[in-house]
Amino acid sequence: MLAMVLAPLIQGVINRTKAVAAGRVGQPLLQTYHDLWKLLRKGAVYSQTTTWVFRAGPVVGLAAMICAIALLPFGAFPALAPFAGDLVMAAYLLALARFFTVLAALDTGSSFEAMGASREVTFSALAEPALFLGLAALARQTGTLSLTSMLGSVSTAMWMRAAPALGLTIAGLGVVFLAENARIPVDDPTTHLELTMIHEVMVLDHSGPDFAMIQYAAALKMWLLGAVIIAIAVPWHSGNPLLDGGCAIAGMFGLAVVTGIIESSMARLRLLRITQLLVAAIVLSGLALALVRR
Amino acid sequence: MSTLLIAVLSFGAGAIGALVFANRGRGSTICGVGGILIGCLCGIVPAVRVVLGEPSQSIRMAWDVPYGSLFLELDPLSGFFLIPVFVLCALAAIYGADYLEAYRGRKALATPWFFFNLLVASMVVVILARNGVLFLMAWEMMALSSFFLVTYEDEKESTRQAGWIYLVASHIGTAFLLVLFILLGRASGSLDFDRFSASSGAGLLFVLALVGFGTKAGFIPLHVWLPEAHPAAPSHVSAVMSAVMIKTGIYGLVRVMMLLGAPQAWWGWVLCGIGLSSGVIGVLLALAQHDLKRLLAYHSVENIGIIALGLGVGTLGLRAGLPAVAAMGFAGALLHVLNHALFKGLLFLAAGNVVHSAHTREIDHLGGLLRRMPRTGAIFLIGAAAISGLPPLNGFISEFLIYLASFKGALTLDGVNSVPMLATIGGLALIGGLAAACFTKAFGIVFLGQPRSEHAEQAHEVGLAMVIPGVVLAAACILIGLLGASVVYSMTPLISEVTGLSATIVRTSLSTAAHSIALVSITSGALVGIATLLAIGRAIALSKRSVSTNVTWDCGYAEPSRRMQYTASSFAQPLTDTFDLLLQTHRVVIAPRGLFPKEASLATETPDPYQEYIFRPLFRAIGRDLLLLRPLQQGQVQLYILYIAVTLLLLLLWQLA
Repeated sequence: MLAMVLAPLIQGVINRTKAVAAGRVGQPLLQTYHDLWKLLRKGAVYSQTTTWVFRAGPVVGLAAMICAIALLPFGAFPALAPFAGDLVMAAYLLALARFFTVLAALDTGSSFEAMGASREVTFSALAEPALFLGLAALARQTGTLSLTSMLGSVSTAMWMRAAPALGLTIAGLGVVFLAENARIPVDDPTTHLELTMIHEVMVLDHSGPDFAMIQYAAALKMWLLGAVIIAIAVPWHSGNPLLDGGCAIAGMFGLAVVTGIIESSMARLRLLRITQLLVAAIVLSGLALALVRR
Repeated sequence: MSTLLIAVLSFGAGAIGALVFANRGRGSTICGVGGILIGCLCGIVPAVRVVLGEPSQSIRMAWDVPYGSLFLELDPLSGFFLIPVFVLCALAAIYGADYLEAYRGRKALATPWFFFNLLVASMVVVILARNGVLFLMAWEMMALSSFFLVTYEDEKESTRQAGWIYLVASHIGTAFLLVLFILLGRASGSLDFDRFSASSGAGLLFVLALVGFGTKAGFIPLHVWLPEAHPAAPSHVSAVMSAVMIKTGIYGLVRVMMLLGAPQAWWGWVLCGIGLSSGVIGVLLALAQHDLKRLLAYHSVENIGIIALGLGVGTLGLRAGLPAVAAMGFAGALLHVLNHALFKGLLFLAAGNVVHSAHTREIDHLGGLLRRMPRTGAIFLIGAAAISGLPPLNGFISEFLIYLASFKGALTLDGVNSVPMLATIGGLALIGGLAAACFTKAFGIVFLGQPRSEHAEQAHEVGLAMVIPGVVLAAACILIGLLGASVVYSMTPLISEVTGLSATIVRTSLSTAAHSIALVSITSGALVGIATLLAIGRAIALSKRSVSTNVTWDCGYAEPSRRMQYTASSFAQPLTDTFDLLLQTHRVVIAPRGLFPKEASLATETPDPYQEYIFRPLFRAIGRDLLLLRPLQQGQVQLYILYIAVTLLLLLLWQLA
């Protein structure tokens, strides 16, 4: 629930960080909420080419994201229904959302959107093994198979024991986080040229409530992948659920600030280089796995 | 058991009836389809019951053939492989009745039904046979009847070529099986399966089975016949071949592994290795194809790879004494056999509809078919999501089991033993991502956007007889996705038989898996519910506001043309470029030149690298060397009689010595 309320705020924090780094005042922290509210009250324009698949895209995408969030623990709060292997389910829910977003993009018949779709499937196909190997490293480190017990059992003692493995896992998952959420250095969310976009170009033809659903789903996705990283990076457990929750939220904002700093300090990579970056992420996760001793 | 024999007889009667009534209008179609339907309805009942735990039944009769008896048995493993055979063949027959009508007047309709019935009958006998001679006879009949079905359109050069490759490949495979059975039966002097003993040289026997059955199943690099034969065959035959016939290879492999007793660790390593290479290379080659049915054929290679991964993980679990890993690995692999039969059958039938109505298999010439063929499009989408392993459909359930098995293995095994488990996790993830890429391409370019050619423009929905079989299969995909837990739980007798573990242990392991899968299904249910709520919410919100339609955002072009749409090749290009080392795509580029370029073009083609760089040179070399024997063939009868006399003389001398 917390995630569903706070998720759009993360983008606000990233944007504020970028603005501060560039010496601007920047948009309000709550800008994403304003945008969502505005879009929700608008009508819609659909392309003549499109079919029901186009309309199903945002709906399935958001529903999949909500279900995936429900599988994720946060701070001291466990997931709604943790089970062995829920990490696979969560990853495949993301894949389902992507499948339908890509189909919705192809439904318009626009070359721009197909181009974005093509890039999206390319990069995600490579991000997938990095994500799974990273999660496998974590599973091996903690000896459990559900996100709740896995992320809950990362502790300071574990960091003392296996800092290199955990650090590499964070690095691998960090690249996946940037790639999956269409951030610099993989994709530039603020670009204005269709030819260079990935995620934004796929959703060019969506409008009104559909676009609100897409934006909100994107915010949830960022929260989802971010929360996994934060659970590893912020291993303190006080036993007080409020304190732990606050700690995790602070961690999320910290991650947003780091993302903002990365975006301000570097430019987007050439598309050809992104494949190499993702293969590097696979290697990082693989190395983390090799370092885990059981 | 007797109902199964009635089923086989019914297929036989259908085959003969199809020939007898060849000249009476729809006579042969009615006989052929009728034989199949009656047989499948008879057969499916005992098959399901034995899988659910009824005792196995067998029939054993003396016959004149040496080395053993006419021995048939129905056990859970046979029953489990028979279920998809009966379901798919019945649906494909209904579909084929309409599909083949397009050929009426141009080609004979009796022969395809004759061979189709023979194919189904031989598949059933292959799965039931417990005698080496009987097995190989049925195996050969299966290969030949499917060969005649593949070469149905034999007026086309490409079809004859495909048939030829298929014939050669399947006989090379059979040669290995012949050696395998002789070695197995050598000790006891009988080819009955229950008298086989594999005390020595189990490793060699495993390799023979792997090559012999792997050729039928389509393990890389033995898969080269698949992408040739599947597109060439009529669509209902492609569906049966891809969905169930190649699975007889998996059946044979599992059966022989059971006969060989306790597996060795390297078998698991080999199976995982084969699974990884078949899975990844299969899906990459699929991604690079422009022909819809060829693309689907390569996906069979990929899915066989996933099945091999499950078998490998299960074998390693068995070897390491981890019953949970073993049970889940084998359960995942075998469930994937059933699941792949359902969604691949569905996809081939839907692709058949596209070919039937648009008269082309070229993906880049299609487009916008969802508006023209809404039902076909909807079932193709379900099949595409299922084969990509997405929840809430059946493909996810079996992949989830394999993931679970390998995660469990990775948690307990240490050092080098955990490597195949981790490779399976990473490999499955990569295969999943690439399969999703491939099927967004296949569905997106064929069914979405705007038509890219006249053919696609004039496409129309096909008749109900060609849609309903697909609808049934799509419903089965959804059902297994939502009821996965009970399906997995009911596989206990089967898995206990295959792994040799006691039913109690298997039940405990599978019930933990079933618990997870039940929660998977609940999450999937929630997903469907939330999506429905969101859709209703949107409909209510939009009902009072302005909703208009307009052209797709075209970035200000005045005259966007349909030819400007992205094509399948351009969609797949980033991925095929990344993996070019494995694909060796051929490119013909005419680059634009000068200030006012007149023409420019780019054509890409990805022939099978194994065919191109291994088998073609190999067979060319063999052919060249065999030319040396040509002087022996002089065409004179006297000379041949001399050869016979010399041979007899040599044999006589050998016998005397």
